[in-house]
Amino acid sequence: MHLPGYVNNVATPFFVTGDPMIYASDVLIVLTLVAIVFVLTYFKKWGWLWREWITTVDHKKIGIMYLIAALLMLFRGGVDAMLMRTQLALPNMRFLEAEHYDQIFTTHGTIMILFMAMPFIFAMFNIAVPLQIGARDVAFPYLNAISFWLFFFGALLLNLSFVIGGSPDGGWTSYPPLTEWPTDPGPGENFYLLALQISGIGSMATGINFLVTILKMRAPGMTLMRMPMFCWSVVGASILIIFSFPALTVALALLMIDRLFGAHFFTMLQGGNPMMYVNLFWVWGHPEVYIVVLPAFGIFSEVVATFSRKRLFGYASMVASIMAIAVISYLVWLHHFFTMGAGPGVNSFFAISTMSVGIPTGVKVFNWLFTMYQGRIRLKLPMLWAIGFIPNFAIGGATGVMLAVAPGDYQYHNSYFLIAHFHQVLIGGVVYGMLAGMYYWWPKMFGIILNERIGRWAFWVFNIGFYVCFLPQYELGFMGMTRRIYVYPAGMGWTALNLISTIGAYLMGIAFVLIVWQVLYSIRFPERDVTGDPWDGRTLEWSLPSPAPHYNFARIPTVTARDAWWAEKEARRRGEDVQKELRPLEPIHMPNNSGRPFILSVCFFIGGFGLVFEWYWLAILGGLGVMLCLLLRSLETNTDHYIPVEEIRRTEAALGRL
Amino acid sequence: MSSEHHEELRGFHGIHRGFPWSHVVGLVVSLVLTFAALWLVQAHAMPHGLLLAVILVLAVLQIVVQLFFFMHFLESYGPRYHVTSLALAFVFTVCIIAGSLWIMTFGGEQTY
Amino acid sequence: MSLAHEEVLSTPSSDVPVEYSTEDGALKIFGFWIFLATDLILFACLFTMYQILHINTAGGPTEQELYDVPGFTAETLILLVSSFTCGLATLEMRRGRRSASMGWLVVTVLLGLSFIFLEVREFVDYVNRGATMQRSAFLSSFFTLVGTHGCHVSLGILWMLSILYQLGRRGISAMTARKIFIVGLYWHFLDVVWVFIFTVVYLQGVM
Ligand code: HEM
Ligand SMILES: [Cu+2]
Repeated sequence: MHLPGYVNNVATPFFVTGDPMIYASDVLIVLTLVAIVFVLTYFKKWGWLWREWITTVDHKKIGIMYLIAALLMLFRGGVDAMLMRTQLALPNMRFLEAEHYDQIFTTHGTIMILFMAMPFIFAMFNIAVPLQIGARDVAFPYLNAISFWLFFFGALLLNLSFVIGGSPDGGWTSYPPLTEWPTDPGPGENFYLLALQISGIGSMATGINFLVTILKMRAPGMTLMRMPMFCWSVVGASILIIFSFPALTVALALLMIDRLFGAHFFTMLQGGNPMMYVNLFWVWGHPEVYIVVLPAFGIFSEVVATFSRKRLFGYASMVASIMAIAVISYLVWLHHFFTMGAGPGVNSFFAISTMSVGIPTGVKVFNWLFTMYQGRIRLKLPMLWAIGFIPNFAIGGATGVMLAVAPGDYQYHNSYFLIAHFHQVLIGGVVYGMLAGMYYWWPKMFGIILNERIGRWAFWVFNIGFYVCFLPQYELGFMGMTRRIYVYPAGMGWTALNLISTIGAYLMGIAFVLIVWQVLYSIRFPERDVTGDPWDGRTLEWSLPSPAPHYNFARIPTVTARDAWWAEKEARRRGEDVQKELRPLEPIHMPNNSGRPFILSVCFFIGGFGLVFEWYWLAILGGLGVMLCLLLRSLETNTDHYIPVEEIRRTEAALGRL
Repeated sequence: MSSEHHEELRGFHGIHRGFPWSHVVGLVVSLVLTFAALWLVQAHAMPHGLLLAVILVLAVLQIVVQLFFFMHFLESYGPRYHVTSLALAFVFTVCIIAGSLWIMTFGGEQTY
Repeated sequence: MSLAHEEVLSTPSSDVPVEYSTEDGALKIFGFWIFLATDLILFACLFTMYQILHINTAGGPTEQELYDVPGFTAETLILLVSSFTCGLATLEMRRGRRSASMGWLVVTVLLGLSFIFLEVREFVDYVNRGATMQRSAFLSSFFTLVGTHGCHVSLGILWMLSILYQLGRRGISAMTARKIFIVGLYWHFLDVVWVFIFTVVYLQGVM
């Protein structure tokens, strides 16, 4: 496309030009925006959007927003994956250029880990944790809203890079010295650095929020050892977030200082040391993979117990293994750069510590199996994904131990063997877990159960697609195919396996479409959950109507046993009168909605955008906006309100709970 | 609205009315530790490595002073989760610092 | 178990400090301890950076040439004393004496300002001697580590000013008391970080 010279001069550094795919997405973005604005205006929904969603501090709604965002990002990351697999399907493909391939694997990896997996686990935290521990909200609801909006605008910033300024292309790990200014000028890398920084602040706040919530806000009688296993996994993940994200903050900030202000942390000149970035990045990066997989473990524990109609086998050992994993995962980070060659002592230590993570993980897998053993298993959708996960993780774990053998890793490092391994655990562990959780808690979120038949199709297509896609990649790795290559010649013997792998990727794409169809179909022909307990659940969230009223519990329950709701149902079945001790209703204290978290995050976005383009006036403006928002919050006194008893009674009566 | 705070605040010994002796002691101890470190370094009192270790120990003692004389470290309702958290934070801090230094010395060839 | 977001005094008793008298206060104090843990890790990473890079001077100015013993000792003393005065502000707050508490906070702010003044003067001095953060990896990590601490202190000063304003307007309530307590934790924490800067950066540098 040829624009007049002067337009090009202004536009090129800002708007990405020259590529039909990008023009197409420009058009799509504009059309989507126009459509959204039109629909909202036509149906007069702006006020509703602002009042009910943008200003909300309700953990249930925040959870739903996280979920939507995660699914959208799964779509974007998935499209990236399809593009890459198309390019790699056959030798000498001319579908993507090298530069585009670089950008696509970078955004794919970054989006999948930070803007898909993270919001997905936060969706599950928000949806389930307060309900499971018998609380009315999280400890800091206002901060919770800030976390969400910071994540949202971080994700927006990264996605914006596609059409404005250019995408980052240094890999999701963004290693210097490649990503230093002289070798990678332009705003692309800055987008990466700032998007991660902004959403990272939100993640850290979420970690603090949920740790405090779980430790301090459990219903009376719910001792730590009576908590649902999902809550334990959230404790583990929160601890990891709290103690590992600062390392990412520092790594990103220092690289940014290098790029913007010409410092020499990671350059090859003036005494800089690029390996320090790699070190700091993985001080965060390894715990990060456990941050996303521990909640999946928690979900599997809930799902397996519920759908086997049995108590979770080995509760105490499950707790111990979560905590062991949390601690050990701080001691293994070097396994991502064995090949740096830090010396035999260092490599041996980290190889052994890495392998030892296998022990608590194995304990968990056996506990799930023993929970199922002799249980009355119902193969509902959540259970299907949970069962699909186990062989997946067994293979992923085994190949992980292979990679942990330091001398072996010199062979596997950065090959397709590695790609297959981490997709096996990230998809087989995290995505399967989050989908299981989504199906499991969907009725609690929306009051409808997702269509079972389409869901089964989606599961089988995805599961088969998964193995078809990634098993060949182990072999490709052995055959010498390295990661991050955009083209390969014919005659290497890689062609057939690559083609098979691409077919598998398409199958997963089809499965995603099936899931979307399943959701749409279920909205059109809903199967309502009128009981609030569609799965015959065991934990407190199932004692509430679906969806739960905004104050969650009209009366805070008193917990007497693990699996509190199951125990209550058992007591009822035995004919005990559990109603007798109902306390009178009392006014409920709730936080007020606030638009400030949104505005604060907009200010962060503006500041971040300014730094990306080194428009310092804009960055300063954004920073001042942030400070102002903080100050206004500090001066605010009227932050909450009481729901009168009458209103609670009316709501409960309408839900048939009086 | 019930509150869980009918129980007493642990680690709290009533509101102190008289002269703030503990604060003054805290200040004095921190000054002494500071000057001790400064003096050791100025006087080159020991070999380099040992000296570094000793002044680091003095710095760690300063943490203790701040925590116990100024920061009301042991006060809490219910279990002292913040003490556990901080303890964990110290463990991870040591892991990160010691681990990174060990890793980045590449088999001891550089003199980091 | 009640909700978090309350500022209602539950059974005010002389035996419970005001900042702990609401559940909201207790939760926020606990939350802030955990925030401090994250900040601790953040500084740990910066210290690691410094320790690894500080000998990489790339032929530029060295620690020995730059660091000035009376200068950094003065900075250290100022911060140590300000930590003490900040502790007294919390103490007076607990005794319910607003003006005394405010007075100690003002002293703390003034000490903080003089610390920042000395630090900025030190930085300007270095830059004038050609020791900019672009000069070498050592200087990059020096300015970043010490500067991050300085930013924290500056933020603490602004925060204290806002609290002073609120104290003046509203007196000691569960909310303002909690804020004094928390800003105190923050300030003492920064003091600890500085002690390590004093030790690892300055003392090691002139050793
Ligand atoms: C639909 C399923 C998926 C397919 C077909 C797929 C495919 C790919 C491909 C082809 C690459 C690039 C390999 C290379 O050229 O080096 C890649 C990289 C990557 N993928 Fe995926 N992926 C999928 C899902 C995921 C998920 C769910 C995650 C994380 C939760 C993920 C995380 C990553 C990461 C971190 C990278 C590395 C990026 C880099 O090299 O910087 N992927 N994936
Ligand atoms: Cu790892």
